[in-house]
Amino acid sequence: MKKESFWEKAGTRSVLASLVAILIGMLAGGIVILIVGATNSTLGLGGAWEGLRLVVAGLFSKGRDAAGNLIFGFNPTTFGNMLFRAVPLIMTGLSVALGNKAGLFNIGAPGQYLAGTAASLFVSLSLPTNVLPTWLIWLIAFLAGMIAGALWGSIPGLLKAYLNINEVLACIMTNWIAANLVTWVFEGSNLKNVLEGTKSGYIYKTSTVMNDVIIDGVRQTVGANVPEGAQVVATRGGVATAKLGLDSLFSGSQVNAGILVAILIAIVIYVILSKTTLGYQLKACGANRYAARYAGIRDRRNIVLTMALAGALAAAGGALYSLSGNTEFFWNTYQSLPAEGFNGIPVALLAINNPIGVIFSATFMSMLQICGQKLTELTAFNEYITNVIIAVIVYLSAFMLVIKTWIGRLRKGKEAGK
Amino acid sequence: MPFLIRQTLIYAVPLMLVALAGVFAERSGIINLALEGIMIFGAFMGVLFVRFVQQWGWFQAAYDAKNIFSLQCFCLLAMLFAAAMGALFSLLLAFAAINLKADQTIGGTALNLLAPAVVLFFIRIIANQNTLNMYKDDAAGWFMLKKSMFGYGRKEEMNFLGSTFVDKVYVATYICIIVFVLMAIILYKTKFGMRLRSCGENPQASASLGINVIKMRYAGTVISGALAGMGGFVYVLTTANCSANGDVAGFGFLALAVMIFGNWKPLNICGAALLFGLFKCIAASYSTLDINGDGVYMLKELNINTNIYRMMPYVITLIVLAFTSKSSRAPKAEGIPYDPGKR
Repeated sequence: MKKESFWEKAGTRSVLASLVAILIGMLAGGIVILIVGATNSTLGLGGAWEGLRLVVAGLFSKGRDAAGNLIFGFNPTTFGNMLFRAVPLIMTGLSVALGNKAGLFNIGAPGQYLAGTAASLFVSLSLPTNVLPTWLIWLIAFLAGMIAGALWGSIPGLLKAYLNINEVLACIMTNWIAANLVTWVFEGSNLKNVLEGTKSGYIYKTSTVMNDVIIDGVRQTVGANVPEGAQVVATRGGVATAKLGLDSLFSGSQVNAGILVAILIAIVIYVILSKTTLGYQLKACGANRYAARYAGIRDRRNIVLTMALAGALAAAGGALYSLSGNTEFFWNTYQSLPAEGFNGIPVALLAINNPIGVIFSATFMSMLQICGQKLTELTAFNEYITNVIIAVIVYLSAFMLVIKTWIGRLRKGKEAGK
Repeated sequence: MPFLIRQTLIYAVPLMLVALAGVFAERSGIINLALEGIMIFGAFMGVLFVRFVQQWGWFQAAYDAKNIFSLQCFCLLAMLFAAAMGALFSLLLAFAAINLKADQTIGGTALNLLAPAVVLFFIRIIANQNTLNMYKDDAAGWFMLKKSMFGYGRKEEMNFLGSTFVDKVYVATYICIIVFVLMAIILYKTKFGMRLRSCGENPQASASLGINVIKMRYAGTVISGALAGMGGFVYVLTTANCSANGDVAGFGFLALAVMIFGNWKPLNICGAALLFGLFKCIAASYSTLDINGDGVYMLKELNINTNIYRMMPYVITLIVLAFTSKSSRAPKAEGIPYDPGKR
């Protein structure tokens, strides 16, 4: 048998198809910017040209020089922030990819992400640091987040497996229920940031140090500085992901060891999916649930398990993001769902549901977000253009198969011409 | 009581219109997960239309003269514009699903991502903030019916029917009901509707009888887009004071649930939408709700947390789906790309 050449491999074609989707997505974003620039007198074509350059190379932007021209070059801060922001996207991307492999469209990632955020914040800010070491609290909080996500994800799983309710609808309903539930949990909690007056809508950062003290017989919470004559009951907070020197490598950025944890988890999921019986069973259920059942695979158990695992992954993203110690969580969230959850869908689709591919597509998506941020900072355009690009990419990935066939035909055409 | 009915209708009517939009698409064989996105797009376009027309001053004279009829015509024009734009937007889904045989769930999701992104991008550029409002005044002043228009004084009360269905209501709500009835009749009592529904059950059989399946599926999706676009605009007109912010709070998905709960049938959908409308209404205004008119805010006195009321519509949806999913019967060929060679 003839060995497949590099171009004939299915993997190569998949990567090429993804690259084509990215290219067309960027092109669409560019066209929108050009049209807006050309028709808007305050922006003009010069403004559009600046916008275009930032969309493509915002990662290398170093702001403007004294003359007002854009300058580009290696910027360690944006690189570090790109890695930092990639962490939740990798996790939600893995969550959606795992669901897709098992034939379940997990659009419930935002709700699971919220569940993970809420549980890890609650645990990390409630456990006393004068009793337990902070690394142990970090670990407990991380696991608590994953468990919360697993439970939340298993609800649509159970509904799908036993009552045959469309998982997309069940996931969307549980998303909104989660948004309300999280608001409710924090509304009545003592974790709302009252120490900093301007941050009243937010939960404390996990790195905030708080002391529960008794002053004149009244129990209250103060910051790191304990007033004289107060009796300290417990110390809480001060939990943050280790930096492992990454912050000095990328100075001025928020990056931490979370990115390594995320990559590790991606590799574990890859191994589970491609090297274990469990992975094989999940994929078999995805290919044909009833055939899998005929072959003796417990399809219902597998559906619930998939959703629970997917929930745990998305929640781990929320936990890693909030436990970093430098992010703040807006608790009154009943009207909105976290974008990180929904962005897991394009990340997974772009990676064609390959866990290793997810690492790269999430990093790319996070780079796009940085570009959008630069666009808002430096020009009159705004960051929503990156969402337009992402949406176009998702749209294209809906007919990835067609693109792949096109690429195949192009190759054949070339060979015929030889 | 009049307040409760009025508010329930405000939520229920867009819901049932958008649910019917879902029925049109699914009956022709296309899963329209993009209802949410189309609503967002339609709402934005409707508000933009109102804003520009106000800016050009076209209906200013009518507003100054308090000419109810022309103001309502203005509102109708905005609704039609939103519907046309929703139809245009849904062509993206139709093209991907019908011509390119794409995965309809992902295609719909793409539109759901695209709509808020595009809308917010332009809102930010036009208004320099995240909400697009009317050019001047508010929706109540321009489009709402009030008792003063019918010669009632400030102190005078209209009778029960009047205060329920005339005072402080939008004519748009009634137009939606008329559109709903008309479209339901078209779907069930005309040759066109029958053909469209056959394409969602067995497209190959339809094709063998000379029906153009591709055309019918395009028709189903485009009508679906028009209805959802109109529903989206009416939703923001009546609940958000005619302002667009790239969000309809999961209403499009709620409409999908209503459609499934209503078993893809217009009358059942009507009932389901009213039920959800009631819960939405209670969530939005339970603290000022005086059900039997004795001056006691009963629900407020129950002292239940706000978040429970807010959660209700979604929890009820899940419970209801759990009970009805066994007996529900979706169109047989929905979500399957049409392949003429397959028998």
